[in-house]
Amino acid sequence: MADPILRVEGLNKSFGGVVATHNLDFEVEPGEIHAVIGPNGAGKTTFVAQLSGMLKPDSGRIFFDGNDVTELSAPARSHAGLARSFQITSVFRNFTALQNVALSIQAHSGHSFRMWKPAATDAELNDPARDILEQVGLGARSDILAANLAHGEQRQLEIAMALATRPRMLLLDEPTAGMGPEDTQRITRFLADLKGTYSMLLIEHDMDTVFALADRITVLVYGRAIATGTPEAIRANDEVRAAYLGEEEAEIA
Amino acid sequence: MLTRTKLLFLIGGIAICALVPPVASAAGDDFYTTLFARIMIFAIAAVSLDLILGFGGMISFGHAAYVGLGAYAVGIFSFYGINDGFLQFFVAIVGSALVALVIGAICLRTRGIYFIMITLALTQMLYFLGISLEEYGGDDGLNTDRSEFFAWFDLYEEINLYYLILGFLVACVFIMHRVINSRFGMVVRGCHANEDRMQAIGFPTFRYKLAAFVISGTMCGIAGALLANLTEFVTPEFMHWFRSGEIMIMVLVGGMGTLFGPAFGAAIYLLFEEWVPDLMEATISGTGENWHFIFGPLLVILVLFAKQGLWGLIPDRSRRDG
Repeated sequence: MADPILRVEGLNKSFGGVVATHNLDFEVEPGEIHAVIGPNGAGKTTFVAQLSGMLKPDSGRIFFDGNDVTELSAPARSHAGLARSFQITSVFRNFTALQNVALSIQAHSGHSFRMWKPAATDAELNDPARDILEQVGLGARSDILAANLAHGEQRQLEIAMALATRPRMLLLDEPTAGMGPEDTQRITRFLADLKGTYSMLLIEHDMDTVFALADRITVLVYGRAIATGTPEAIRANDEVRAAYLGEEEAEIA
Repeated sequence: MLTRTKLLFLIGGIAICALVPPVASAAGDDFYTTLFARIMIFAIAAVSLDLILGFGGMISFGHAAYVGLGAYAVGIFSFYGINDGFLQFFVAIVGSALVALVIGAICLRTRGIYFIMITLALTQMLYFLGISLEEYGGDDGLNTDRSEFFAWFDLYEEINLYYLILGFLVACVFIMHRVINSRFGMVVRGCHANEDRMQAIGFPTFRYKLAAFVISGTMCGIAGALLANLTEFVTPEFMHWFRSGEIMIMVLVGGMGTLFGPAFGAAIYLLFEEWVPDLMEATISGTGENWHFIFGPLLVILVLFAKQGLWGLIPDRSRRDG
């Protein structure tokens, strides 16, 4: 098997007395979708924040594509090819959908100390941005202010902004958060199409999405990985059922 | 982009400024020439503050310091009998840029209320530095000569100074307009909206915010050099935090993040300061100096009900401009 594109060794992070990440080892193979599930407060978003460079781990190492990126800043990791989408939609609300994506393109087209030419008519930014909006299904909405997009569309834009950084790996923090069943299915299909092109770490509460997409699943409880395995193995794992899946499925039933 | 109505206001504003000196001298009252020169100088300061305040979301409570620095660059050279305008303005520009670079590099490591307080504290230090410089008049300030640029362009001709200031204002506003709509401007605005997101998509935000801070401070330095020429006097008072607050109020009145609004905000603030006390005095004698009693509530109403200031109240079909 090829070397993992993302490897995490012995990651620890606590806030005061609260342990958010506990001795976590984790791997994502190239082209793989590795889902991380777990109850609220399990430390999933904290984990992604450490991977994307927004939070510094207390100890442990993070390797991306064979390189130690533990000390790299968030923008440097973006340039290394690691893209993050946010659980809480954080598109630029006062910019149009096109401007949002164009900004992501701009971040990866050299320095931005260009102070004279208007950015709004810059084909070097807008053309690729339009392509990506087309790809995520927002082509017809490119001139709408992000604030005026429907919630589902904002989530799509969120992913479009991550894709526009031309990443090799996506860190998706609950891409379907707050979405209705129809939108959720659409995003699931869309991510399935991207499978293979990008390696992905997928944090998700919607179990249908997780089981439809994931090659492997890691279950996080109180910052510990209590199990890692194929969807079938996770479904059959008693400890997981007790800790998490069982109650969730019971709730649904 | 600008709507037609706003473009009319902008052209009208420039036209009024351009027409003030001939009309004032025809009326035999040069007072308004001086007043409008002052308005235009503070318009430069307000527009440059808007770059970081309105567009960048950096609440700098110390922009008067750069005005003061620019003014002292002229004043101190003049003190030694050096009145070469090119040298004075060069030093005003480089000096305020360097100070903004240092202050910005310190302040931009903090966010929110800490940023405000540190900009306030560091620039108050400059104010007290000005007071402690006995050599240059200390508390009492310093009389200065006007800058000398060309033999044929004597700034002691009020009209020359006036149009020099107008030229600087138009240039500053135009430059700012380009900057704000450029790639750089998009980064500055993005940092205001969501800096974490900017970093996540790959922008090392600190350097861009710092550059914006320096540009803004430098333009205020130019305003200061012009102010020293207009008043022929510099004083630490120019750098007091109260002055910083005034520039901020001009931005708020005109409209944060509207670029052109703050220029109108400067006009409205200074005209209000000029006219309303007289009006109050004429109505009930002895009340004139309390004009803030009227201005304060009006400002509160404006801030509460017009988020984009007076510029935002101009009828407009499209939502964004700048």
